[in-house]
Amino acid sequence: MADDSLYGSLQVRPSGWDYFELDDILACQEKIPCTFETQVKDLGFLDHGSDSEHIEPATKMELPFWLAKELCARQRKIISVELPKVYREAYRQILEADATAVDLNKLGPYFYSVGGKLLEFGNAENPRIAETLMMTYMKRMRRLMDLSLNKLDGSKESQTLLPKLDHDEHNVFAFSQEGLREFEQWKQGVISKLTSSKTVINQRKRKRTEDN
Amino acid sequence: MFGEKALELVKELKRSGDGSLPPYNEDCVRQVLDEMKALFEQNQKDVSATVAGEGGRIAGVQLRHASLERNKRCLLAYVYNRMEKIRDMRWDFGSVLPDDVKNNLNEHELSWFGRYNRSLAKYMRSVGIDLTQDSKPPKSLYIEVRCLVDYGEFETEDGNVVLLKKNSQHLLHRADCEHLIRQGILEHII
Repeated sequence: MADDSLYGSLQVRPSGWDYFELDDILACQEKIPCTFETQVKDLGFLDHGSDSEHIEPATKMELPFWLAKELCARQRKIISVELPKVYREAYRQILEADATAVDLNKLGPYFYSVGGKLLEFGNAENPRIAETLMMTYMKRMRRLMDLSLNKLDGSKESQTLLPKLDHDEHNVFAFSQEGLREFEQWKQGVISKLTSSKTVINQRKRKRTEDN
Repeated sequence: MFGEKALELVKELKRSGDGSLPPYNEDCVRQVLDEMKALFEQNQKDVSATVAGEGGRIAGVQLRHASLERNKRCLLAYVYNRMEKIRDMRWDFGSVLPDDVKNNLNEHELSWFGRYNRSLAKYMRSVGIDLTQDSKPPKSLYIEVRCLVDYGEFETEDGNVVLLKKNSQHLLHRADCEHLIRQGILEHII
């Protein structure tokens, strides 16, 4: 079982630090299965499955995380929240069996950050979820670093690995490739070479395609 | 669901990736603001109904309020991230933006860019250093460069005029050509 310190370290960071972060906004859009506990007047149109004017108690709906959190966190609970499928026991077992074989991009490109956010709901399975997230990351990290730190651009193996990476893993991969590239440049003694900025290069590429 | 238009804005910006700025999506922003206005007015109605003694409306108010906050966050993030990109462009393109970039900015962003330019220039004057110069530690005073485009005549700081023709090579003062390299007009040869 996860000890308290591991679980504590996975707790969500204070709100506000990533307020403007586009990735966090997208991660907050992840759908969570919810059940309404009270009636919500006049908003029946949000539930496409029914024609009633109000949202009745016991209506099941998939709400984005940002909404589920607000409706669940207050003292008066408006909804109760279930775990999304990919964080339940069945999937946890798959991840524990062989984390490296799973396509995390398919399970949600923001697998880790959404998983971390789910802990906010105070589910009884929280320690288990936290532990699975951590173990999955650790197991996958080894291969990821192996591939990203040893060969630049496009070995066959990394081509098969890349589409299966979670968004955060993608960033790690890109950063360590960048590090490797700079190291190579340093070895060749061209690190002090002045280069044109990426923005300008991208801008020019776009222009060229527009002109065609 | 509420907040979908606002999410579109965020996705659009995310898709554009590094170094390119999509046109300011005025239309979508207005639609989000309309949605927010409708949410706010409905909430005001519900709150005054609750104050007047009608029960059971609080849940709806909370739901709409959460949607308002979400829309606000998306809009602010949209504007803020665009601002960051525009700021970075000052360092890449220099104080004058190419026209095709400029066309994608809205009026307020243009005036912000102008003001940022001025503050930066003022600061650099006050400390007496051109901060856009020497982005990497200089090894020599002169560097060899190759011209990538037909640029035309270029006057160096000491008054000489060089003709920058495509594929021609020059030995230039580093300070003169660092900007041109960053803008992709010259290539540094090592």
